[in-house]
Amino acid sequence: MKAAAALMFGVLFAWGLGISGMSRPEVVLGFLDILGDWNPALMFVMGSAVPIYMAVWFARSGKRPLLGGPAPRGARHDLDTRMFVGAALFGIGWGLCGICPGPALTLLGRPSAGGLLFVACMLCGMLLYRVVDARRAVANPA
Amino acid sequence: MIGGAAAGLLLLTGKTAGVSGALYGTVTGERGEFPWQLAFVLGLVLGGVMMGQLMPQALPASVGSSLPLLGLGGLLVGFGARLGGGCTSGHGVCGMGRLSRRSIVATCSFMGAAMATVYVARNVVGA
Repeated sequence: MKAAAALMFGVLFAWGLGISGMSRPEVVLGFLDILGDWNPALMFVMGSAVPIYMAVWFARSGKRPLLGGPAPRGARHDLDTRMFVGAALFGIGWGLCGICPGPALTLLGRPSAGGLLFVACMLCGMLLYRVVDARRAVANPA
Repeated sequence: MIGGAAAGLLLLTGKTAGVSGALYGTVTGERGEFPWQLAFVLGLVLGGVMMGQLMPQALPASVGSSLPLLGLGGLLVGFGARLGGGCTSGHGVCGMGRLSRRSIVATCSFMGAAMATVYVARNVVGA
């Protein structure tokens, strides 16, 4: 049941990305170009998605999900350098191509050499992190 | 729709609609989250395939950047999203929606880095 719900919301999420323009890299780059020919349209995408999520998050605070299982853990407020640096590296990659992970997956629906290469390299980047993180854990046992 | 999808997943399953985390879980199979993560990833791809058929203008026929740039961008996005603990969906939508201080800082970091990168690419390097 949970997997079926996740599949359905994955499809809905993809359509949201497509309809909003998030799946078109040139639109995303136009949004990120705040000092140039700025296209603010995507600001409304996040500006509407965040409050909708927020309403459900706070309304369901501490309650179990409808399909059962544990209540989600509370929001994290801790800060560290790894998170900050990782997010910055992610941002550089996002700014180079205008593609983040969700849109990258939707690009597979209209296959192109560039889209496939991006997704393949994104997966390599994730696996590279796994290797680096495992080595770090060996070098610095908690 | 994005907010609705993320909120719906939270309401029914209690899971966070973070695309990079779900994709990572799908390829590594860790932490017993595999079934829903695989399903969410497949849903995103399936949604892309549906759009490719019904609304092809939502997706580019070819991606504008050069292949080396796409390779480098993909590596940075994949590595950075894991080191940073989330991407645009997990930190940007779900984390910000929870008023998580961690996600707000992460979102500022990646938005700032992305805007700076576009500025440099368009005005310094590629002018």
